[in-house]
Amino acid sequence: MTVHSFEQHFQDKLDREQQIEPQDWMPEEYRKTLIRQISQHAHSEIVGMLPEGNWITRAPSLRRKAVLLAKVQDEGGHGLYLYSAAETLGVSRDELLDQLHSGKAKYSSIFNYPTLTWADMGAIGWLVDGAAIMNQVPLCRTSYGPYARAMVRVCKEESFHQRQGYEIMLTLSNGTAIQKKMAQDALNRWWWPSIMMFGPSDDNSPHTAQSMAWRIKRFTNDELRQKFIDVTVEQTKILGLTIPDKDLKWNEERGHFDFGAINWDEFWNVVKGNGPCNKERLEARQKASEEGAWVRDAAVAYANKRKQRAASAA
Amino acid sequence: MSQTTEKNKNMEWPLWEVFIRSKAGLDHKHVGSLHAADAQMAIENARDVYTRRNEGISIWVVESKNIHASNPEDAASLFDPANDKIYRHPTFYNLPDALKHM
Repeated sequence: MTVHSFEQHFQDKLDREQQIEPQDWMPEEYRKTLIRQISQHAHSEIVGMLPEGNWITRAPSLRRKAVLLAKVQDEGGHGLYLYSAAETLGVSRDELLDQLHSGKAKYSSIFNYPTLTWADMGAIGWLVDGAAIMNQVPLCRTSYGPYARAMVRVCKEESFHQRQGYEIMLTLSNGTAIQKKMAQDALNRWWWPSIMMFGPSDDNSPHTAQSMAWRIKRFTNDELRQKFIDVTVEQTKILGLTIPDKDLKWNEERGHFDFGAINWDEFWNVVKGNGPCNKERLEARQKASEEGAWVRDAAVAYANKRKQRAASAA
Repeated sequence: MSQTTEKNKNMEWPLWEVFIRSKAGLDHKHVGSLHAADAQMAIENARDVYTRRNEGISIWVVESKNIHASNPEDAASLFDPANDKIYRHPTFYNLPDALKHM
């Protein structure tokens, strides 16, 4: 087959909503785009363990602590599903981790904000995981098989993450005046970063058109952002809290909420590495990798020793 | 850092494919892959990565390099022999409606 007919065959498959599998022919750019997107996603899960890890030892009850531990452990698992999916595209785990540790690879900017109070655990679960779910549910139908299957697994597990966060917000909102104030403060700080999680607006998102054509993305950034805002406004009412956007109002004609201007300067600034915690997050990952090196080496040495013993016993 | 990364580069743990039996009586089904130094660690890691919510009662791990797969480009010819044998399906046979228990 010529390159043209390979490409035609590939596009025909996509048009029939068939999934692309690791051994199938695919355009080099499709492969590169997927490696970038899946590994960014994996890095986000791994770095995303840090802001919440900050509160595990200070959770207000044993129940909250057990829940937070389980959530952070899930995030580690999600990172592993995604790294494995990326590896099916011919990149090694070490390369991916090197890209993270050298600062070459990006991860979701939201994790470069600090977690200042316990209420942030509520806001993160509710808003950050809520936004992530909004992004991830359509990815269960993404065109690359291993990525889609990893996302199915992730989405199944993610639902409890959002519910436990909302429960924290609900408890604080129904608590003392100070607790309610804490919940509102967390909402104030996490609202805008959360809606920035959907990425730049469509007219400023260079990869969107190609990713839609390849059915990697199923909805645009702005479509998902709007959907998230629409459902979250209603959820905020139940909490009796106020979203920090004075321009937020129902638009009867559009059938959606209108919202205020997003501070894209802040977004790009954090993407470029100048957010409040970029440096701290990267250093934490590097430190974990360096200090864990001897464990990885020892496991290999032990495995080799056992292999040799088994061979000489035979 | 570069020193440890260099050292580990040659020592990346092998990749394992993980198969889980979700409950008694069912087949083991492929669920994904992971890295581990040896088979025992692969099973323990598989428990933590793939069965945090009682998804399984039994785990198989196979080093990925030991999996041999058919080539998708050969699929048409490979599976061709089954294409013209509809008589292997019970619905191929026209039998009277009055016939019961068959």
